[in-house]
Amino acid sequence: MSAPLLVAEGLHRSFGETVALVDAALRIDEGEVVAVLGSSGSGKSTLLHCLAGIVRPDRGRVVFDGRDLVTMSDAQRSALRREQFGFVFQFGQLVPELTCLENVALPLRLARVPRREAEQRAGQWLERLEVTEVADKRPGEVSGGQGQRVAVARALVTRPRVIFADEPTGALDSLNGERVMRLLTEAARDSGAAVVLVTHEARVAAYSDREVVVRDGRTRNLEVAA
Amino acid sequence: MTGRGALADLAMGARMAVTGGREGWTRALLTAVGVGIGVAMLLLATAVPGALDARQARGDARDDLRLGEQVAAGPGTLLVHPVDNEFRGTPVRGRLLRPEGPAAPVPPGLTALPAPGEVVVSPALRRLLDSPDGPLFAPRLGGARVTGTIADEGLAGPNELAYYQGDDRLTDTSGATRLDSFGGGLPGEGLGPVLMLLVAVIFVVLLLPIAVFLGSAVRYGGERRDRRLAALRLVGADTTMVRRIAAGEAAAGALLGVAVGIGFLLAGRQLVPLVTLYDISVYASDIRPPTALLLAVVLAVPALAVLVAMLALRAVVVEPLGVTRRGTPVRRRLWWRLLLPAAGLALLLPVAGLREGDGGVTRWLVPAGAVLLLIGTVTVLPWLTDLLVRRLRGGPVSWQLAVRRVQLDSATSARLVNGIAVAVAGTIGLQMLFAGIAGDFTTASGQDTSRAQVQVQFRDQPDLAGVLRQFGGADGVTAVTGTLSAGANAGSPDGPPVDVRVGDCAALAEFAHLDRCVDGDTFLVSDPRDPAVVPAGTMLTVEDGSRWRVPTTARPAQARPDPAGWMQNAVLVTPGAVGPRVLGPLRTTVYLQLDPADPDAVEHVRNAAAAIDLTTPVSVLSSTIESPRFADIRRGLAIGTVVTLLLIATSMLVGTLEQLRERRRLLAMLVAVGTRRSTLGWSVLWQTALPVGVGLVLAAGFGLGLGAALLRMVQAPITVAWPVVAFSVGLGALTVLAITGLSLPLLWRLTRADGLRTE
Amino acid sequence: MSIGQTFLGLLEATPRHGYDIKRRYDEHFGHSRPVAYGQVYATLSRLLRGGLVEVEAVEPGEGPDRKRYAITEAGVADVAQWLARPEQPEPYLQSVLYTKVVLALLTGREAAELLDVQRAEHLRLMRELTRRKRGGDLAEQLICDHALFHLEADLRWLELTTARLDELAARVRA
Ligand SMILES: Nc1ncnc2c1ncn2[C@@H]1O[C@H](COP(=O)(O)OP(=O)(O)OP(=O)(O)O)[C@@H](O)[C@H]1O
Ligand SMILES: [Mg+2]
Repeated sequence: MSAPLLVAEGLHRSFGETVALVDAALRIDEGEVVAVLGSSGSGKSTLLHCLAGIVRPDRGRVVFDGRDLVTMSDAQRSALRREQFGFVFQFGQLVPELTCLENVALPLRLARVPRREAEQRAGQWLERLEVTEVADKRPGEVSGGQGQRVAVARALVTRPRVIFADEPTGALDSLNGERVMRLLTEAARDSGAAVVLVTHEARVAAYSDREVVVRDGRTRNLEVAA
Repeated sequence: MTGRGALADLAMGARMAVTGGREGWTRALLTAVGVGIGVAMLLLATAVPGALDARQARGDARDDLRLGEQVAAGPGTLLVHPVDNEFRGTPVRGRLLRPEGPAAPVPPGLTALPAPGEVVVSPALRRLLDSPDGPLFAPRLGGARVTGTIADEGLAGPNELAYYQGDDRLTDTSGATRLDSFGGGLPGEGLGPVLMLLVAVIFVVLLLPIAVFLGSAVRYGGERRDRRLAALRLVGADTTMVRRIAAGEAAAGALLGVAVGIGFLLAGRQLVPLVTLYDISVYASDIRPPTALLLAVVLAVPALAVLVAMLALRAVVVEPLGVTRRGTPVRRRLWWRLLLPAAGLALLLPVAGLREGDGGVTRWLVPAGAVLLLIGTVTVLPWLTDLLVRRLRGGPVSWQLAVRRVQLDSATSARLVNGIAVAVAGTIGLQMLFAGIAGDFTTASGQDTSRAQVQVQFRDQPDLAGVLRQFGGADGVTAVTGTLSAGANAGSPDGPPVDVRVGDCAALAEFAHLDRCVDGDTFLVSDPRDPAVVPAGTMLTVEDGSRWRVPTTARPAQARPDPAGWMQNAVLVTPGAVGPRVLGPLRTTVYLQLDPADPDAVEHVRNAAAAIDLTTPVSVLSSTIESPRFADIRRGLAIGTVVTLLLIATSMLVGTLEQLRERRRLLAMLVAVGTRRSTLGWSVLWQTALPVGVGLVLAAGFGLGLGAALLRMVQAPITVAWPVVAFSVGLGALTVLAITGLSLPLLWRLTRADGLRTE
Repeated sequence: MSIGQTFLGLLEATPRHGYDIKRRYDEHFGHSRPVAYGQVYATLSRLLRGGLVEVEAVEPGEGPDRKRYAITEAGVADVAQWLARPEQPEPYLQSVLYTKVVLALLTGREAAELLDVQRAEHLRLMRELTRRKRGGDLAEQLICDHALFHLEADLRWLELTTARLDELAARVRA
């Protein structure tokens, strides 16, 4: 078995009095879809943010591709997020001033791809996610489901190794939610990206290959039990 | 809807202005502070004339200049000798007093006249004397003992340096004035029509941006408010109610702002005595806005706030499901926007040639035209911003983010820079006018500061060697020359006048081009503009009637302007040619060169002069003379512009911070996906620079137009003052940089990852 | 689910032989459990007795498959009524699970563990259904969805129970 893509061990993180993570651990292999389940406030988002190098844990390590994110500089982690990771959040992630196409092209442009090429590739991803019709609209003018698919396209456009999705269908009805999940997991699979999927919806979690449960900041891995 | 309902809506809006958690308070505070600053400025501006009047009144009450009328000495008279001088550039008003009887008048602010050897000083002078710098001034009081302080009513302002010193050596023949009362002098120099025009336009230029600033200050937190109103619509408020609620909120915020503004004024008033601008300081109690204007401001500001809120609502449909901006797709129509500036130009252009004595209509036409022209920048700006920005595409990400933001809401961007545009347009126009007419108000004095920096003249002081020794020993004096002179007439006392000047060769060389000179020589100098050479051997009658014959060996020499710029027909005599004779009452003229590295050298010179004679004036030479009033106005404008720009920059900063705060989630998200913070920083810079740039382009255009119109009016040649344009543009750029720099810390803070979890 | 009404529905479109009915039924509804022949003929004869179907034609030869059945007017009315009537919402309270949880609490065992294991099992099934759904046609998808929603409901119940275990333990031990 090959080395895991992303490993987190012994993560602790508290916000003032609130303890959000206690000795949390997680490993993600190349190309797999892992669901992170747990009740509200259990620490799922915090775990995801730690894994993605957005939040620095108080203790523990997060190793991606042999490098520890915790000891990296802010600029290095930014670059990592830009180049190796993709993100889908619940809502409000598209820049309202830019058209959907420009939003999708944004990560490429941040990686210094010329505008023309970036927008062409973005267009292909919009097609892939079945939202070509909104390319020239602004996020305020598209439906929630369309917006999420645009967001997925944006997460995938740089062909990241890991996609972090925090409640990506939280604001959608089940049909649209499933459509987004289907497109997300298929596209991720096709491009070999692993997905870390935070959700509290079982049907969304069912798109994963395996789940990790977070309870009161602790992770419980139940693979063995299955 | 009943009246009660309407009132309830207004009250609800008013409550909303101040409630709503920390964010709500922050917004209310920002609005209040913003409006408060504006109101304080307005009130201050309205109080300035009153303050200057009060100052003037105190000045009039202590006036002791008497022209013409002679008062006979009596028990109720007083001899006054002005001994005005300067200390480190600050004027010092000094008076020597000698009562001629028991009922001699006492100047305002004093309870009794100081006895000989005593001096009463102003509080500021007392502080100076008590400070480590005191010894640098004390010699000018001739060793007199400080026995009291001048009360406020005897001073022009709290920081004025002034003293009254008793001196029993004064006589009416020594240059003192005899008074039987203080006060009632001649009215000062009034403002001519051109200066009046300047002052009027300056007020417009400075106050208009403040009005514009108020307009945007009452809109702080507008986006959030729109959202809140949408929420209200959702729970069933109709459009009328929403209007009223918005009106209530705006009015409440503005009223709070007015209160804060009055607070600022009251507090700021206490600080006023601490500052001295252009040698003018005023008492806190002098700052009293006229009641009518105060009322007008108190009423007008909330009214303006409501008006602005209503206009803003018109552009935004407050819909139950959120706020849609109507603004974007609307093509801005140009014609009515051009109406105002066109009307302004139409008013200004006919007034070609303003002369002394013009009054009435023209006096109003000009400021009115200027106002219209300047307001025109406000109306044209959104259109121009739209026009210039609409087609922009491409560029780096930061640029794209900024451009799109401005494109989507050019109105907000334009509103932020309205104030700058008006202020800069006004400044360019005025400074152009200044540059054009400065020649009329600044004259070359003819003084040659390369040969001497200070001139001291003693009225009756024949001991030249002693004087030279005294000055030569003063700190910072590098060279000193001195001459004695007396007025004379060739032949009889009615003969042609000629100056007799005695000094060594070096000293005389300041007055004529001497080919060679040894002690014993005499030179006959003629002013080429009025040659009247006294032939050698002429008998001269000196002022006091004594006679002296010009030696027959006297040679002609060509006159040369002395360092003070004067040129005269004269007989220059070396001491050897006069011998021990004394030629009547001799004036002493001393020219000094000072060490440029020693800024206090001139103070030492003043002390040295006072040691010889307290009443001796010390003149600092300068190559140009600016009309003092003109200089004051010009400096006032510069200060006002900077203050106004600061104010507007503050408002822009607040607007930018507000905007950042509203977008915190988005920013945090952008950072989460790996956007470099520098990209976001640049985007803030562009987002500020873009509208400011457009605003400056427009301001430059309108400013040059205004300047040209004003110059034409005073019939000065129309020249574009590029340095002024460059200066204004530089100020604008500085503003952009400052705003960006100051908003970076917040940007940094907001882009920490926990921004992801807000709302 | 009523197999009788399902047959009636199949017959309403066109008269069919018994084996045809079975084939259609299995094709559309019997994915995991094909209906037995005996069941088909028992049901048909029940419907026949009730006057809801009639034998439209009998072909010559041997065996039960000679008869072609057609729906009667009463049968059409019965199908319409069945379709129009909402199903009794079943209480999906899983009595077995509940019993297990209570027993675990009573005997001092890890009830949370039990629930977690059950959840994992549920999820495993859901994953499988989701996979099948992705590969399948519309009918397959709808049927999988139905099962998924039921499983999800169970899962929610599991979550809720997990969240309220302390409360439940207190009551059970009281
Ligand atoms: N920036 C923060 N400041 C303070 N407390 C925080 C912060 N981030 C997380 N927490 C706290 O940490 C705990 C875990 O939060 P987290 O957002 O990870 O939960 P979650 O599992 O994602 O919940 P949900 O399903 O509701 O999104 C919560 O109690 C939360 O209040
Ligand atoms: Mg969360």
